[in-house]
Amino acid sequence: MTKIEAIVQPSKFEAVKEELREIGVDGMTVTDVRGHGRQKGHTEVYRGREYTVDLVPKVKIEMVVPDNLVDKAVTAILSSAKTGKIGDGKIFISRIDEAVRIRNDERGEAAL
Amino acid sequence: MSMRGVPLKACLALVILTGLLTTAVTAQTATPTTPDRLAKLERDVAQAQSSGDNAWMLTSSALVLMMTGPGLALFYGGLVRKKNVLSTMMQSFALMAMVTVLWGILGYSLCFASGTRFIGGLGHVFLRGVGAAPDADYAATIPQQSYMVFQLMFAIITPALITGAFAERMKFSAMALFMILWSIIVYDPMAHMVWGKGGLLNASLGGRFPTLDFAGGTVVHITSGVSALVCALYLGKRLGYPEESILPHSVVLSFIGACLLWVGWFGFNAGSALAAGSLATSAFVATHFAAAAAVVGWVLAEWVRNGKPSALGAISGAVAGLVAITPASGFVGPMSALVIGFIAGVGCYFMVAKVKAVFGYDDSLDAFGVHGAGGTIGALLTGVFAVSAVNPVFKDSAVNPTAVGLIEGNAHQLLNQLVGVAIAWILAAVGTLIILKVVDVTVGLRVAPEHEIQGLDLSQHGEEGYNLEF
Repeated sequence: MTKIEAIVQPSKFEAVKEELREIGVDGMTVTDVRGHGRQKGHTEVYRGREYTVDLVPKVKIEMVVPDNLVDKAVTAILSSAKTGKIGDGKIFISRIDEAVRIRNDERGEAAL
Repeated sequence: MSMRGVPLKACLALVILTGLLTTAVTAQTATPTTPDRLAKLERDVAQAQSSGDNAWMLTSSALVLMMTGPGLALFYGGLVRKKNVLSTMMQSFALMAMVTVLWGILGYSLCFASGTRFIGGLGHVFLRGVGAAPDADYAATIPQQSYMVFQLMFAIITPALITGAFAERMKFSAMALFMILWSIIVYDPMAHMVWGKGGLLNASLGGRFPTLDFAGGTVVHITSGVSALVCALYLGKRLGYPEESILPHSVVLSFIGACLLWVGWFGFNAGSALAAGSLATSAFVATHFAAAAAVVGWVLAEWVRNGKPSALGAISGAVAGLVAITPASGFVGPMSALVIGFIAGVGCYFMVAKVKAVFGYDDSLDAFGVHGAGGTIGALLTGVFAVSAVNPVFKDSAVNPTAVGLIEGNAHQLLNQLVGVAIAWILAAVGTLIILKVVDVTVGLRVAPEHEIQGLDLSQHGEEGYNLEF
């Protein structure tokens, strides 16, 4: 089992979700996050005072998939989330030792 | 047409003649009761006027209360960080309660009972003698109780304006003690001097320096604005200011608050006519025009300087214009109101965007930049633009209206306005400094640093504004 964490532009989230559903990713956990990589933030002005906002909003998608789906999932995310500009986000991939379905104690890939 | 018109006219004349004769006969038979009927008529007319005036004054009183809660509470609440939203709103709301209690016991009397030139006497403590009968010196057509409750709403919002300067760092207990003392030591004397019988600055009831202040440019905005500056200087900056970004947590809340302030201000200014007549209309119109021009002024200034017109700028501009027109509203025409509003919009923008940065004080929500500066601009410009056609406040010995403001040739009025402004500044600065010292050594002014970081909602009130739990 493999965990894929994708941090993407909020405007690309719907496209990514659709693409993942089409290749058979059944579950995901989504969080609104703020952060920065190489992308610079922007400035905001309140009553004449400038503030630099360097943490920009992103959407973090977490999913754990069977190993045979990993490449397809990564390709799906790349094709749907890419604009080619700084700020498109990142994908992190890591091994998962075990998964348990709380409802009926199923374990391993059956629990995904 | 003409052939048929003649008999018609004749008929009409006959009808009118008959009517007149009948009236004359009736009048003759009713002769003994005519004086009684006249007296009754006069009473009815007075009563009708009183009803009309009183309806407007009660409406205005409610509008002015709405300016504090929810108006100011939302305006200020949106400008602070999320962790301080409740404590900020609570300060305005607590003042609605505290000042009311104090007003009934002592405040109204110190403002409006006969006393010295500087402060009212104790004639109306516990609202003694304040009932259905009007006090003709103040408002001859409404119950004195209406006048009392209208003035109370001003006494509430004035200290509430100061809370913007020490937002996010003052103890609730310190705020409460400070405000009680401030109401008695700064607000009550200032209100008496400008509006009370025999007050030093009263323009119509025998003041030594007749200062024109229709709805509280000196009494409300200069006192609160200058006190705010003293508070900001005495308390010091918020932790992290100005290095860290301290952003408004919801300009949306501020937006709603500002809109409520604009509407409520019609009660504040037009209500200060103390009657529902044409002066109220004039003040209403001047108020609206000044607010609009100030929005244009502020937004244009920041558009030029920062490249973007902001929503926070627009609403701040409106408040600045409303502040500046407050003393002038019952003395100037709509075109003068446009000028006053525009000057205030641009002027207050530079106070908060430039002057504050240069001096480095942390007037957190710009209570001084908007109310202190706007109030001073407005009070001085009142002396320039006041005209007798709007309000013939000064009269010669033959009761003919004389020149009021500088544009009518009465340069002396500008001097009187300057005296009023100076007294308001001095009283507010000295009074506030003394009160801060007293509160500092008794209960302490600032929350502990760890409480400031935690936020005042939790540390002062044990609750949070937004509990988004499942």
